[in-house]
Amino acid sequence: MRIVNLKVNGVGQAFLARPETTLLLALREQLGLTGAKRGCAQGACGSCTVLLDGEPVVSCLVPAATVDGADIATVEGLADGEKLSDVQQAFLDGFATQCGFCTPGMIMSAEALLDRNPNPTRDEVNEAISGNVCRCTGYEPIVSAILDAAERRREGAKL
Amino acid sequence: MTLLRGRGYASVNYPTGMNLGGDPSQALIHATTMGGFVVSLSSVDLGQGLKTVVAQCAAETLGMPMENVIIDTADTDTGPHCMGTFASRGTHRVGNAVIMAAREAREVMLDVAAEELEVDAGDLETDGTGYVRLKGSPETKIHISEVALAAHFKQGKSISGRGIYLKERNYPVPETGEMDPDSCQAHACTVAEVEVDDETGVVTVLSLHNTYEIGRALNPGMVAQQIEGGAWMGVSHAIFESTEPYYPASRDHGPVDFSEYLMPGPAEIPVQTSVILERPASNGPFGAKGIGEMTANAPIPAIANAIFDACGVRLTTMPFTPESVLRGIDARRDDALSA
Repeated sequence: MRIVNLKVNGVGQAFLARPETTLLLALREQLGLTGAKRGCAQGACGSCTVLLDGEPVVSCLVPAATVDGADIATVEGLADGEKLSDVQQAFLDGFATQCGFCTPGMIMSAEALLDRNPNPTRDEVNEAISGNVCRCTGYEPIVSAILDAAERRREGAKL
Repeated sequence: MTLLRGRGYASVNYPTGMNLGGDPSQALIHATTMGGFVVSLSSVDLGQGLKTVVAQCAAETLGMPMENVIIDTADTDTGPHCMGTFASRGTHRVGNAVIMAAREAREVMLDVAAEELEVDAGDLETDGTGYVRLKGSPETKIHISEVALAAHFKQGKSISGRGIYLKERNYPVPETGEMDPDSCQAHACTVAEVEVDDETGVVTVLSLHNTYEIGRALNPGMVAQQIEGGAWMGVSHAIFESTEPYYPASRDHGPVDFSEYLMPGPAEIPVQTSVILERPASNGPFGAKGIGEMTANAPIPAIANAIFDACGVRLTTMPFTPESVLRGIDARRDDALSA
């Protein structure tokens, strides 16, 4: 058991972690951030995706004690008050959700993609979300929403 | 190596609900003191949007905004009875029950409003934004929040309603075989285009074109998504998912749980176009039939037919793996040589 310090969505957090406490468990159970979902719990479905120092990771496979001092971004931190992020708004407008379970992970993978590549091709979007399983939508609306979000971001950057 | 193109189609008639011992669903609705309407159901939304569609049915019938409707799919121990979420029955059965309950609640709501406005309930209408008003005199109106307060604290009435939709058990007529097992049927057709690699046996689905006749599309956005998401599942069944060749004899090789199934990812998605035809069903909620399970069905035989068109191999067992395609191509070559 050790004390872990994290910056989560810009806010400093400290909590006690057992060796087997995953980042996902810490976020959900100890910090009350239930946006990241526990799907397969073996790193195969991507529903627990969060950003660890800007990189997307499956938080179910990250022992919390190993990332002391890290900067974590979750879906809860994306909106600015009532204003959704471009990716969130594009998902909403493009109806890129159905049951919603994969959505937080999809959105975080998309945010990470657009952070490093503002103008991705459709193939690059496919690649970026290839670790996120969706069983409802057939992916098409999700891919289109991410391309739409990329355009919104580029328009926003011009202003 | 040659990439062989083929095109195939398949159509499906799909029943809404089932027969067995009768197919009922119930709904209860009541107004809160704040003027919200709680719809209590035992039906479960698996993620396909039942809660949205039945909220639309309740709001439309009550004449209230969607925001005033709360769908509570709480607990099968305590809620009104529902047979369950299966057989593409939710929208049809539960929607009908909700409409019936909302009609009864609407009558009480108008009675309470009539008392408050000192007019006849038959002369009242709803404006869809939360007001009950006098026909032809829209200034004479009262908001649902005031109607609800009056019902609870002045008039002592419960603005509530009961609904049930029962598809009664139906038996065939012995002489003719005629029967009505399912109340209505939806129809669909899918055209698939595939490419078959005659060296590796790999099948790639290039496009799917879907047409669905589903009565009234209560929520066209969700219908389109149901069609294309379902078609993706069809593609998955057709050329990816399998527990073979080892199931169930050996667990040493092959998938041992769902997460190890081969499933198409975003890069394997074919181009899709979807068209919705609306021919309202007389017994459906606002004319709707069921669309759900059927969306995975038509793509599978359409893909099988497209493979046949591409390379002459007739496959009848899913999934259509590279191995089964190659064995089929080999068999045809052997037949041609021996002929």
